[in-house]
Amino acid sequence: MNLKELSQDESLGMTIIVKTIARLVMSFIILFGCYIILYGHITPGGGFAGGVIIAIAYVLMMLTFGGKVAMAKLDNFWASMWDNIGALAFVVLGFLGLTGGHFFLNFINHGTPGTLISAGIIPLANISIAIKVGAALYAIFIGLSVYGRLVTEEEK
Amino acid sequence: MSLYVLTMALMGMGIYALIAKRHIIKKIIGIVTMEYAINLFLILIGYRTDGIAPIQDSQISAVELAARAVDPLPQALVLTSIVIGLGTLALMASLAIKLYEKYKTFDMSEINRLRG
Amino acid sequence: MTVVTLLLSKASARIADITAFLTAAVTTVIAFMLIGSPVNTYWMGNWFPPFGITLVYDGLSGLMLLIINLIALLSIIYSFSYMEKYTAKPKFYALFLLMLAGMNGVALTGDLFNLFVFLEIASIASYALVGFGVEHQELEASFKYLILGSVASTMVLLGIALVYAMTGSVNMADVASTLAAMPAKTTIAFAAGVFLMGFALKSGLVPFHAWLPDAHPSAPAPISAMLSGVLIKALGVYAMVRVMFNVLGAAPIYLDIMLVLGAISMVIGGFLAVGQFDLKRQFAYHSVSQMGYIVLALGLGTPLGLIGGIFHLINHATFKSLLFLASGAIEHATGTKHMKKLGGLKESMPVTSTTFVIGSLSISGVPPFNGFFSKLIIILACVQAQQWLLAVLASIASVITLLSFLKAMKFSVFGQVPQAIAERIKEVPFSMAFSMIFLAVMCLGIGIAYLVAGPTFTDIFLQPAADVLMDGLENGSANYIATVLGIGG
Repeated sequence: MNLKELSQDESLGMTIIVKTIARLVMSFIILFGCYIILYGHITPGGGFAGGVIIAIAYVLMMLTFGGKVAMAKLDNFWASMWDNIGALAFVVLGFLGLTGGHFFLNFINHGTPGTLISAGIIPLANISIAIKVGAALYAIFIGLSVYGRLVTEEEK
Repeated sequence: MSLYVLTMALMGMGIYALIAKRHIIKKIIGIVTMEYAINLFLILIGYRTDGIAPIQDSQISAVELAARAVDPLPQALVLTSIVIGLGTLALMASLAIKLYEKYKTFDMSEINRLRG
Repeated sequence: MTVVTLLLSKASARIADITAFLTAAVTTVIAFMLIGSPVNTYWMGNWFPPFGITLVYDGLSGLMLLIINLIALLSIIYSFSYMEKYTAKPKFYALFLLMLAGMNGVALTGDLFNLFVFLEIASIASYALVGFGVEHQELEASFKYLILGSVASTMVLLGIALVYAMTGSVNMADVASTLAAMPAKTTIAFAAGVFLMGFALKSGLVPFHAWLPDAHPSAPAPISAMLSGVLIKALGVYAMVRVMFNVLGAAPIYLDIMLVLGAISMVIGGFLAVGQFDLKRQFAYHSVSQMGYIVLALGLGTPLGLIGGIFHLINHATFKSLLFLASGAIEHATGTKHMKKLGGLKESMPVTSTTFVIGSLSISGVPPFNGFFSKLIIILACVQAQQWLLAVLASIASVITLLSFLKAMKFSVFGQVPQAIAERIKEVPFSMAFSMIFLAVMCLGIGIAYLVAGPTFTDIFLQPAADVLMDGLENGSANYIATVLGIGG
């Protein structure tokens, strides 16, 4: 499933210009999303916004290359599985706070405010929320477009 | 003051779209507009005139930040509310697709098998 | 546990059954053991209020937790065999547990915005559950329920925004103490009106009841039992009462509005229910009517009224769930809900028809079942508060309830078995029967327990809850505020 070869294929998805640009831009989108997530406790953004941005990279791939390529890269089962892993990680973080005596306690060393490694469990919570939101948003897109269209095509 | 009135007018537009239109997608747009109007109202409550963003970096001290910043609590509440709105929108959109498959129409006045 | 269920269900479907059952069993046992323990708070993440979210356990929360978890456990046992005819059973359990988590959160929270978040979690899970078997009517009912429920949640959020603008905090105890010190303002009255509208829509009072007769019959039977038995109470009545009484400080005008809404719901729900021929739709209209009873009793504001309202809340949870489970069993065995096509189930389905008769007698207020005592207390409270018209209306509504349930029983249990379905009827599987028998025993048991040991029953279960509400009414929630802001977690 090499995207570079697929972008040369005329019959698949949109035109060749769109596919080439989308292929080049996707990695930058994911990089930007990771920046928003990791710096979520210092600058605005955080887990939810970063997760949406990462999901948008995959949605861009689905829009330009077509539903089948997107499903081959990340299909329904794995999207659901990443969703569950993100939620489970968040809940486990909450329960780990019980070691300090309270649910959701910020138990890791707080560090100096304003730097990257600081504020305890908040960056870890951001990462798990981003995984969950990204996977869930991608699963919604797959459910609405790929599965929705398949049924009406059967009727034709 | 006029900002609050405009926000309520936006919510009124959402309610109008929900009540007066018969197409399912227009009703969904009405509900989403209504929810976002309330989110906007909630953010506007925390606004302070000529305020700065409630982010502390090395140039500003904590006391000055507390005196000049806008209120960050409504922003956290609105973040949660937007996510809830997203979940509801996803559910509404998938229900609209399923309803079209079953009833073959988007007109709400024809989807009335349950009566009485 | 929702996530664990989803993960494990990829392996096998049986595991989903066991996971859901264990979760509900554990929460029920915990809720039962906590009855009678003193008021307690818990600070999330060790942030003291009003900066952090607190979880508050007092008499009212404890009672709601017990009812919610017990009915959920029985519904899960029931749905072991009932949900075999639907395809995605593990997803059903996942959504069910999500709804249960949302309701438990609503019962326990001490923070207004947290209440909104849990309200939305439980509501969205229930929207998806109503349309679970994707047929025509279920989708239509789910969509109508979704639209009206979203409007209600938006109204609740508007109320929270207004309260935050006036007081600067969303913690319930903090808002209560700030509002007690502030003179009355019209913004707070507007916020109270908006809250009443949102929560009345969630609990199905007239004129906000339009989603209820569509949503409750179309859902699968255990979901109907959960919706009508606990969801409209936990999300609607409990939240309304907690916000009105403890947070906003109940002014007499709010109590009058609750009285009017309750009275109208009682009468109109009863009248609309008599003419129905669909079994579950009739039960849904009766839910509207009984919600009117509860809100009427709670709106009276006297100690006896509060006890009557809370007692009727417990009783309605038991017998309405029993009725919906029984009608689901009838539909499971015969394939129809229409009364004119049923008949004579007494010989072929003894367990179902016996429990159905017990449930009908309880809701109509026949002694010695529990419905009689709670309705008696409500009527006596009306008389004591010198609201003669309301007492008469309550009695009339009770007679109309009896009338419509006699009709339901005549058509379905007694009479001749029609030829079309005579061969197919057999008794329901054990898991469904177990839940129905348990609820029927509870109906009878609560009634006899109240008859025999009335004052002790009241002291253990009902009085702590009524005390919390009286505290809100009389002395501005002083106890509640002292509990949350005073002692540590």
